[in-house]
Amino acid sequence: MPGSKVASMRDAVAALVRDGDTVAIEGFTHLIGFAAGHEIIRQRKRDLTLARLTPDLIYDQMIAAGVARKLIFSWLGNPGVGGLGAIRRRAEPATSGEGRDLPRLELEEYSHFGMVGRYTAGAANLPFYPLRSYFETDLPKANPLIREIESPYGDGVVYAVPPLKPDVSIVHAQRADANGNTQVWGLLGCQKEAAFAADRVIVVVEELVPEDVVRADPNRTIIPGLIVDAVVVEPFGAHPSYVQGAYDRDNRFYLEWDAITRDEPSLQAWLGEWVYGLDGRAAYVEKLGAERIASLRPGSAPSGSVEYGRYE
Amino acid sequence: MTADAPAGAAAFSKNEMMIVAAARELAGQRVCFVGVGLPNIAVNLAQRTVAPELELVYEAGVFGARPARLPLSIGDPTIVTGATAVTSMFELFSFYLQGGLIDVGFLGAAQIDPFGNINTTVIGPYAEPVTRLPGSGGACEIAINARQVFVIMRQSKRSFVESIDFRTSAGNLGGAEQSERIRREQGWLGRGPSVVVTDLGIWHFGEDGEMRLDSLHPGATLDEVRATVGWEPKVADSLGTTEAPTAEELRLIREELDPGGAYTR
Repeated sequence: MPGSKVASMRDAVAALVRDGDTVAIEGFTHLIGFAAGHEIIRQRKRDLTLARLTPDLIYDQMIAAGVARKLIFSWLGNPGVGGLGAIRRRAEPATSGEGRDLPRLELEEYSHFGMVGRYTAGAANLPFYPLRSYFETDLPKANPLIREIESPYGDGVVYAVPPLKPDVSIVHAQRADANGNTQVWGLLGCQKEAAFAADRVIVVVEELVPEDVVRADPNRTIIPGLIVDAVVVEPFGAHPSYVQGAYDRDNRFYLEWDAITRDEPSLQAWLGEWVYGLDGRAAYVEKLGAERIASLRPGSAPSGSVEYGRYE
Repeated sequence: MTADAPAGAAAFSKNEMMIVAAARELAGQRVCFVGVGLPNIAVNLAQRTVAPELELVYEAGVFGARPARLPLSIGDPTIVTGATAVTSMFELFSFYLQGGLIDVGFLGAAQIDPFGNINTTVIGPYAEPVTRLPGSGGACEIAINARQVFVIMRQSKRSFVESIDFRTSAGNLGGAEQSERIRREQGWLGRGPSVVVTDLGIWHFGEDGEMRLDSLHPGATLDEVRATVGWEPKVADSLGTTEAPTAEELRLIREELDPGGAYTR
């Protein structure tokens, strides 16, 4: 059996995330790797290209901290609440008085399906991914990497997007074994595609389980240990996003972020208090407090179990 | 925000009228791609009133959702628990949307033009935006692949404009003739926008592909409509008045769908 890949967040990020890398922290509203993002901030990584369908609060925080020079995305906002101030200030030079002193963030923009297609092409070693989107829109003009192609079978035109192969993909999950065999339930987003497309993979889990737990339910495995470089055990590491069955989305924080991100000083103060001022996720959870954590625990709704059968 | 209510009828907000009007438009529909905010409430209201068979599809990768509470975000654990199916986003966009299974897609808009083309990307030039908006998300592929598109948005001179700054999602392009030709030639499954529900009324799209005001909400006036549209709007000869929300529709919104009033007050 292969050896354990279990590592601390500090060691995993130090060893596997390098200045200048393209980094994808995926997870569509669910399982967003906040703990990993905060460690990247604390280690003051620089010149990253950050890829993610929905940059969400985590990339707003990372971009405010100065780790990135470029963002690849498809929907930029705080879902159901408002905007992402740090990113907007670095993308609206004409109107943001504050922003004029901030480095300009390079944007490379797709649609959701385009981003999913990019990871899929990256994972499957294809030169592009074809999709029926972008027709008669201004997106191909805004991003010349979105290109029209003729079907080789003579039945019309589709659009192509290029493969996206992150240097590192970081995925948060309910559980994995020490070798990195990773199981997820609830919204699946495109973590599987992002992981297979990447050169290096960090898996962050709520719970480390023995290998036989994984083998008892192989349909739930989305990422095999084969492609995983490090397993970090970090309970509550996706807060303020959520983990199906473990804790709820902390909508209160998403609402509070609207005021925090509105100006640069309040955002930098927040980073000081909640990221630079703490040495890791355990301290963050302690600072959050037992009451807040208890308020996010859901009631129980277990799945039924299925019969795999014994064939000997 | 309370509209003038007829004597004896319950008072209701403009948002409640928008939600109710949009929900009623979903009568008879089967599979609906849900957006966050007002569309989310409208679709859940429709499922409890005019369209009990409606299947809710969320772009996060859920088919047949039965949310037990109103999600703040489009992705929320409540859309998973009790759903018919959870899919990867690849499956959702490839097999369900591009495969042609979506009857209605809901879109919002920062700007819309008379032909229902939509901007959610930037105000001002793309390279030097005055306002950077969220971008497409799934909207540009929903506009092309959903059989029809519903839009919910408030009217203003800033949002209802003759010419949008950036075309994120295709509507009826330059008019019905061009739109129908291009959709046919390029094999789009979608027929384009069919209704725009606003705080003042209900617009459908005429044979020329331009939106036409078919119904004014109770208390709204044509002068208000003209003052909040950046072109000379087409108005139906037989302009109707939207039926006010019923007591049961208001009860469902206030007690079940949005008890905190986050979206409806």
